[in-house]
Amino acid sequence: MDLSVVIGPLRLSNPLIAASGCLGYGVEYADIIDLSTLGGVAVKGLFLAAREGHPPPRIVETPSGMLNAIGLQGIGVHRFVREKLPELRDRRAVVIVNICGTTLDEYVELARILSDHDGVAALELNISCPNIKEGGITFGCSLTGTHQVVSAVRKVTSLPVIPKLTPNVTDVASFARAAEEAGADAVSLVNTFLAMAIDVETRRPRLSNIVGGLSGPAIRPIAVRMVYECRQAVRVPIIGMGGIASATDVLEFMIAGASAVQVGTANFVDPFLWTKLLDGLHEYMRRHGIDRLADLTGTLDTTHEQQAWISS
Amino acid sequence: MSQVYTSSMPADIDAAVIANARLSGEYNVLSLAAPEIAALARPGQFVMVRPSQSTDPLLRRPFSIFEIVRQADGTPTGITLLNKQVGVGTRLLYEVEPGARVACLGPLGRPFEPVDQPAQAWMVAGGVGLAPFVTLAETLVARGTAARLFYGARRAGELFHVDLFERLGVEVVLSTEDGSRGSTGFVTSPLAAALAALGPDEEVKLFVCGPTPMMRAAARLAESSGRPCEVSLEQVMGCGLGGCYSCVVLARRADAPPGFVRSCLEGPVFDARRIVWEALVH
Repeated sequence: MDLSVVIGPLRLSNPLIAASGCLGYGVEYADIIDLSTLGGVAVKGLFLAAREGHPPPRIVETPSGMLNAIGLQGIGVHRFVREKLPELRDRRAVVIVNICGTTLDEYVELARILSDHDGVAALELNISCPNIKEGGITFGCSLTGTHQVVSAVRKVTSLPVIPKLTPNVTDVASFARAAEEAGADAVSLVNTFLAMAIDVETRRPRLSNIVGGLSGPAIRPIAVRMVYECRQAVRVPIIGMGGIASATDVLEFMIAGASAVQVGTANFVDPFLWTKLLDGLHEYMRRHGIDRLADLTGTLDTTHEQQAWISS
Repeated sequence: MSQVYTSSMPADIDAAVIANARLSGEYNVLSLAAPEIAALARPGQFVMVRPSQSTDPLLRRPFSIFEIVRQADGTPTGITLLNKQVGVGTRLLYEVEPGARVACLGPLGRPFEPVDQPAQAWMVAGGVGLAPFVTLAETLVARGTAARLFYGARRAGELFHVDLFERLGVEVVLSTEDGSRGSTGFVTSPLAAALAALGPDEEVKLFVCGPTPMMRAAARLAESSGRPCEVSLEQVMGCGLGGCYSCVVLARRADAPPGFVRSCLEGPVFDARRIVWEALVH
């Protein structure tokens, strides 16, 4: 059975990618997960410089989900290249570096630096983090901004460019289209939904940043719908994510139109879930006589049985 | 002032609940069959426990390892957790019945660094902060280190397992906020008096776990008496493995100004001098 999938110029051994911000820089998990068995590892979002992030509390649980406002704490691209990339390379991880900028120039500079280093498989453009005020999501919430960032990065790198889209817009498909037109090799979606939670006893927000991003199973049906909408709008591959916790969830995203998926929050609950997901995909393929998992992408059957019967 | 503590690979055990001893309407001790974790655990380490198989509540919770359960021949077979009901996850872990299964990942985190004689070890516990000190006391006693426990709670009915420490030969100093047992007030009062009574050459190391204001006060007392002090911090954690960056505390670093460090990897036990207490919430 063939679980490999193709994302633009990139071939992944399977469709499972660790979502950015959910596996640290990957190296933290290297003794628990054989990183080379994952389709890819999207490392924690990087700016040029180190960043402290928001004060705690940074997360709060909500029904079947969680809010986070970490604020992109990170070591900056230079320390990443020096301290983390060599180990990721040794572990034969397919490294997708998530990059964040406060300006267009910062995205361009990050892309230049990372293009010069072996061991980077692709760039994911974070234009969708809801937790920082400047840059990032302001590009991702404007069609021209999205187009600008993608085309600027496209010009300076031959690495696959994968903008990560926010669901906090009216029509995410139009953003996928803008990214495609600007030269994106694929799009990934969705980032978290802007949300908040309040402690009614103290009347204080539960997050220090007041608002944060909602992830987990609670958002999955909305994310599936958004992947489905984007599948109608663009030809580039889609990396789907949002609350995936089982093989069934992976399959749902693929049938809706995703070529690969990312798993984030579920990894917090069960860091050993990756082999369970792979086992579940194998089992499904056996049961349905599918040789190539990639053939499943976008195979949603929308035929209405009664309708077909009436028209015949 | 070292950085990340790397332990052996943690085990994820679908642990059977062996017993659930309810100590009061709020507190219980949960015994879990987890020989792999019990064999590796060191005092001060924690486990990530999943209170439910459903997605609500979704995340695991960090718990100090309270006791190591052993067979008659000493072989470790399980661990216990000291649980206090404060929310939905801890309520489920209060109500769980023997025979049920609870996913348990560990051991995780930086353990305490015990001391040897002539140094004495003074443990300072407030409320549910007693949790890491049974295993530490056992380790200290086994090393021949003189150990003392300063243990405070709101009232007499919330002082648990005192006899267990006394049986080990630990000198126990109790206090309650309402004066129903031991001295009246916070545990830091008898601690301050004992520190003041020390001779200049008497070596003492403090190990502290409890509410943040109490840990802060104890750390200050240790600092002013020039004694080393380790604190075990309880932060909200998402994963316990360094993936999510939610459990950070503002800490002093060897090579940089104070910054947010992950308490799952660099803690939960910290040298008290590293912590920027003014920035610690709750």
